[in-house]
Amino acid sequence: MKFLEPPLIALDAEAASAEEAIRLAGALLTEAGAAEARYADAMVDSYRERGPYFVLAPSIALPHARAQDGVIEAAVSFVRLKEPVVFGHSANDPVQLVFALGGSDSGEHIALLRQLTTLLSSPAHLEQFKQAADVEAIQQIIRGNEQ
Amino acid sequence: MKVLCVCGLGQGTSLILRMNVENVLSAMGVSADVEHTDVSTASGTAADYIITSQELAQSLEGHSARIIVVNNYFDNDEIKQKLEEAL
Repeated sequence: MKFLEPPLIALDAEAASAEEAIRLAGALLTEAGAAEARYADAMVDSYRERGPYFVLAPSIALPHARAQDGVIEAAVSFVRLKEPVVFGHSANDPVQLVFALGGSDSGEHIALLRQLTTLLSSPAHLEQFKQAADVEAIQQIIRGNEQ
Repeated sequence: MKVLCVCGLGQGTSLILRMNVENVLSAMGVSADVEHTDVSTASGTAADYIITSQELAQSLEGHSARIIVVNNYFDNDEIKQKLEEAL
């Protein structure tokens, strides 16, 4: 399982739309070998079909699709957008932090979600995700959470 | 008491919601059977309470369960407040 390892993080990326932002986060999963390229398409399709319900908190989106849509290994990627984009959510727009979930059917999936939930439930951590100067600073937040 | 946490696919975000709902209920001293599922399965599943987002609540209108809308899945204070109002 790959949880926010350096190759899975892109800071201050530019996206003009929600779909572009989802594709950026999906591309990180693919480049890291955690998902096939079609997984990003599946996440975008899910957004089009089911709407932006995965914008779970102010400025935070967790796009995902099904394990059978091309997940190779359970993973989470992270894109911080330079300029927030509108996903169409009634309460939590605009989105700046995009965490793409590549879920598997295994227990690893639950471990990933638990780690992510703990990280994002802390307002202090969230602020650090928004402010971190580089990927190393993000890694420090994650290591601090694991301890 | 049965509680369903519902999202679009029933795999990612509903599980996150379930983790935080279980934490909050246990802190409140409430014992409940909490499950997570997707929106179409939820439509045909009996429950006392359904917790979900505003976006998906509309598709669950008419369900016999009481629907609780949570905006911020990571805000345990909001989840606690909504649960206290509903229970």
